[in-house]
Amino acid sequence: MHHNWQLARRQPAIKKRARILHQIRAFFFNQGFLEVETPHRIPVNAPESAIEAVASGDWFLHTSPELCMKRLLAAGYDKIYQICRCWRAHERGARHLPEYTMLEWYHRGCDYRQLMRDCEQLLRFLTEGREKIHWQGHSLDLTLPWPRLTMTEAFDRYSSIPLKKISCPDHLSERISTDIEPNLPKNKPVFLVDYPSLQGSLARPKADDPAFVERFELYLGGMELANGFSELTDPQEQHRRFQHEEALRRAAGKAPLPLPEPFLKDLEHLGCAAGIALGIDRLVMILCDASTIDDIVCFTPEQT
Amino acid sequence: MYNCSDLKKGLKLMVDGDPHVIVQYDFTKPGKGQALYKCKLRNMITGALFDRTYRSGESFEPAHLEERSMQYLYQDDTGYVFMDKKSFEQITLTEDTIGDDKYFLIDNMDVEILMFGERGIGISLPNFVNLRVTKADPWVKGDTAAGNSKPATVETGYTLQVPSFVEEGGLIQIDTRTGEYATRVKE
Repeated sequence: MHHNWQLARRQPAIKKRARILHQIRAFFFNQGFLEVETPHRIPVNAPESAIEAVASGDWFLHTSPELCMKRLLAAGYDKIYQICRCWRAHERGARHLPEYTMLEWYHRGCDYRQLMRDCEQLLRFLTEGREKIHWQGHSLDLTLPWPRLTMTEAFDRYSSIPLKKISCPDHLSERISTDIEPNLPKNKPVFLVDYPSLQGSLARPKADDPAFVERFELYLGGMELANGFSELTDPQEQHRRFQHEEALRRAAGKAPLPLPEPFLKDLEHLGCAAGIALGIDRLVMILCDASTIDDIVCFTPEQT
Repeated sequence: MYNCSDLKKGLKLMVDGDPHVIVQYDFTKPGKGQALYKCKLRNMITGALFDRTYRSGESFEPAHLEERSMQYLYQDDTGYVFMDKKSFEQITLTEDTIGDDKYFLIDNMDVEILMFGERGIGISLPNFVNLRVTKADPWVKGDTAAGNSKPATVETGYTLQVPSFVEEGGLIQIDTRTGEYATRVKE
């Protein structure tokens, strides 16, 4: 008899979650990555108009460990990864928690195409070579390679308006939510690649078309699982994009924030690099066949 | 005023001048994009259902409705009948008005009726109700693993997940806000 069954009943999922975390660490260790820990509490995050940080005294809880991890790359670390808690204010739904667990990994000397191959290998490792897994009634075929669909192709296929007609970030994200995501294939993982430069303020422009950036998102069963890109390494261009994001924040009535100057200063030493953030909670949802993020964490915010 | 982060199933707010209740709620947000708050709303006066999507920064006026304490009597062909215990006046609410709250009504239970003038347009339940299990698989002796669950049906026809030790005929407490099992009631 368990006094608090709502907590007790998740024990099988929590055990599976612990095993997945262990396997992720084994995967990156085997691949020669160094596990790092960077501060959760930082002076300021990268300004992003659509992400709101949680204040902690005069500083902020990080919304992603990306700035510190890229500074390590710039300092000569070649392959690093981190599993850590991140905080994003007001994000709560069946697939969102305001405090959640992120996996990020970074390589020097390669671009976003390597990250997509990493995702394929990581999932194959975690599923122990199984060709198919089942999530919420969808049978997911994991055989390699997984399709890469450009954003332009996705809009041609699923939306009533062509991508090039969209010029505002909010309009783009709304169309992605309403037209693209619900129509993505559910029976196979899909990489959506080459986002318009409107979205992805830290990503490198494509060499052959600077209207797009070398960025992708991985979708499994129609759910966004990871976001990766080739890093923008031009400090002047990064400064300009941060100022643009900060202007959007202020136009939306949000309190002004300083720019992350130490990051901008280190950026010129970064060289060619790529990095990715993957939501561990959503990965565990899929591997535990859970319908909501609540089912695979020890405590939801409402139960804490 | 409410803002978008207050939105959730069961919240009552004014939309286009009428009181509405959120009957379904979904938060979506691409990692790098803006949040969308997708609501299915029921107009508490006309009963009309419709979908509306809200965006960060929008605010909402709470629906302040007069409440009357009444007792639930019974259900008949016309709907669910409640009585004012002082004046003995009775009112009937339709099944559409009651919605999923019908699963948590027990005879003679005290509830708050939400009033729009002289009309009852919704109910406000206690946070917890005790209901008897009418259907559940038997407890397999030895199944003591933490977290094991099974479906069970209670006297009102509602089905939910319960711990494996809950047996047919037992009394359980349910949280009416989430519809989830809370605890077993000792008799």
